[in-house]
Amino acid sequence: MPEFSFGDIAVYAYDMIGWALVTYGLDPKLVVIIQKFLAAFLLANFALLTPIFTIWLERKIAARFQDRLGPNRVGPYGLFQSFADILKLLTKEIITPSGADKVVYFVGPILSVAPVLGIWVVIPFASTMIGANLNVGVLYSVAIGGIGTLAIMMGGWASNNKYALLGAFRAASQLVSYEVPLILALLIPTLLTGSMGMQDIVLAQDTWFVVYAPIAATIFFVSSLAEIGRAPFDILEAESEIVAGYHVEYSGFLFAIWQLGEFLHAFTISALVSVLFLGGWRGPLADLYPILGIVYLLAKTYFVYFISMWIRATVPRIRIDQMNNLNWKFLVPLALAALVLVALVDKLLPASLAGSARAWAHFASNVGLMVIVFGMLRTESRRLQNLSLPAPVAAGH
Amino acid sequence: MSAQQIVFLVTAGVTVISAALVVTVRNLIHAGLWLVMTLAAVAAIYVQLEADFLAVVQVILYIGAIAILIIFSVMLTRRVMADTGPQRIPQWPLAAVVALVVFGGLAYLLVQVPWPLAPDVDVSDTVLALGEAFVDPDRFVIPFEVATILLLVALVGSISLALPERESD
Amino acid sequence: MVPLSWYLVLAALLFSIGIYGVLARANAIGILMALELMLNAVILNLVAFWRYRGPTQVSGQMFAIIVFAVAAAEAAVGLALIISIYRRRGTVVAEEVSLLKW
Repeated sequence: MPEFSFGDIAVYAYDMIGWALVTYGLDPKLVVIIQKFLAAFLLANFALLTPIFTIWLERKIAARFQDRLGPNRVGPYGLFQSFADILKLLTKEIITPSGADKVVYFVGPILSVAPVLGIWVVIPFASTMIGANLNVGVLYSVAIGGIGTLAIMMGGWASNNKYALLGAFRAASQLVSYEVPLILALLIPTLLTGSMGMQDIVLAQDTWFVVYAPIAATIFFVSSLAEIGRAPFDILEAESEIVAGYHVEYSGFLFAIWQLGEFLHAFTISALVSVLFLGGWRGPLADLYPILGIVYLLAKTYFVYFISMWIRATVPRIRIDQMNNLNWKFLVPLALAALVLVALVDKLLPASLAGSARAWAHFASNVGLMVIVFGMLRTESRRLQNLSLPAPVAAGH
Repeated sequence: MSAQQIVFLVTAGVTVISAALVVTVRNLIHAGLWLVMTLAAVAAIYVQLEADFLAVVQVILYIGAIAILIIFSVMLTRRVMADTGPQRIPQWPLAAVVALVVFGGLAYLLVQVPWPLAPDVDVSDTVLALGEAFVDPDRFVIPFEVATILLLVALVGSISLALPERESD
Repeated sequence: MVPLSWYLVLAALLFSIGIYGVLARANAIGILMALELMLNAVILNLVAFWRYRGPTQVSGQMFAIIVFAVAAAEAAVGLALIISIYRRRGTVVAEEVSLLKW
């Protein structure tokens, strides 16, 4: 019989179920499968039900940013607004546009949610709780997130609508190119830890990696925002240009699935940022009482999520050329420079320098790089300001 | 038959069926989507071979980049939803014969040869060894550098190929 | 344990399907897809040999990674060529791009 521990109650319940089933007389191998299935079921439901709350939160906070009240009619503080919306979407008719590719049309939204759920597999909730501690966890999270691009292209193409197809094109160009700085930024925590396993990365963060590598953290956060197509990078569904992009033809519950995927992805990215750069489940007493780790992780996740809501509410949508320039002319070179810098500094610092002193040495080098970069940006913007603008339309074109 | 073998047969079946659809369906977008299915099934086979790093790279590189690029260029080079022209050349039976002969020869050879097998060892953590071998001057640093140069050349080459020609003025 | 020969037969089958696609497809992008299948068959072979014949050495996986890099380069250049041809000739059917063949 597993030993009861209050601090680790979730794992205790997990072991208890396994023990009970084995004593009941089931094959231990089968019991492991049942245990894993139950855990995965709970995790998936947690992840899928979270957006019900975060959508309400997002509407409420966005409303406050815009000096409105937000939903406040259904339930206390409008808390049940999302349920009313779900009911509405469930009862609406699912319209399939004529000439649509039916199978691809239906698979698209499902394929946008499934990979995001897959990311939760490698997110460590506590020192004892992780779906699967893959030794390639970091790469896995990027790989499976990349499938979302495919889903958007499928949905956009199958709708047989030119705006939807334009959205799909924009998605392909934006999401594929922003994966480059994303992966480069991910290399930095990997390099500092010496492992690609998520749990190892959390365990290595005696000092949070955001102190070691503030540039990498920022690049990762910004390119993740682009990767999920969230404002200000929502040019793949820009309402004022291409109606609603790839999901313009979707209605009813299929539309709800697209929305679910989007909000869940935003929340998942926040969780990834907190695991990779903000210490994940680590916090006071989290080693002793692993159950506290869940609280810390969720608190950090909601904090990062709040920042992304803040950005969404205040920054206007960028143009497509600005999107490409930001990626290829700023984020990618900066990520490469930061990677080289972190590798060099880590090699040059004496091994005896450990703990937070080492972290602050890294921090200082990052600040130095940032000063140089801002200096270059300043010179460049001065140059652009002094440049006399060419005539708007050249003759003969 | 062990559970491993059943899992292998299922994934192999998915691989072969979707690969066959890649080369036979009329609609090229569908062919691209079946290609994604094939690549995912091959990634699953890498997992069964305990090459998890390769499986993840397969998903990032093949599904996340190459397959999306292919589908993207299908969309760029065809009118949307239009199904133009035949998708296979008139001599396709000849191609089928060639493919069958190649398969027969290869399969016969590969099954006939008594491959000496190495003793089974635990290969659960090869990522570290791979990374070290890549930067070790005595081992794979030259191929690694050549591969990076190849990628750089391909990058520059494809950009210069695909750029629309500018009118000289 | 799955016998090595199963993996090899699967790779051979994938390779032959690829050959059929390369020979029988009219569309250049279709040919490229079939080419990817063939490359995948090769990588599958390499990985299977690595697992069964030299699991202690990294060279098997190393070869596979180099082939991955080559495949990426091939896809990028191939698709750029196809788009460039489409822009000039308005077609991606391989038979119709025959200006060099008099």
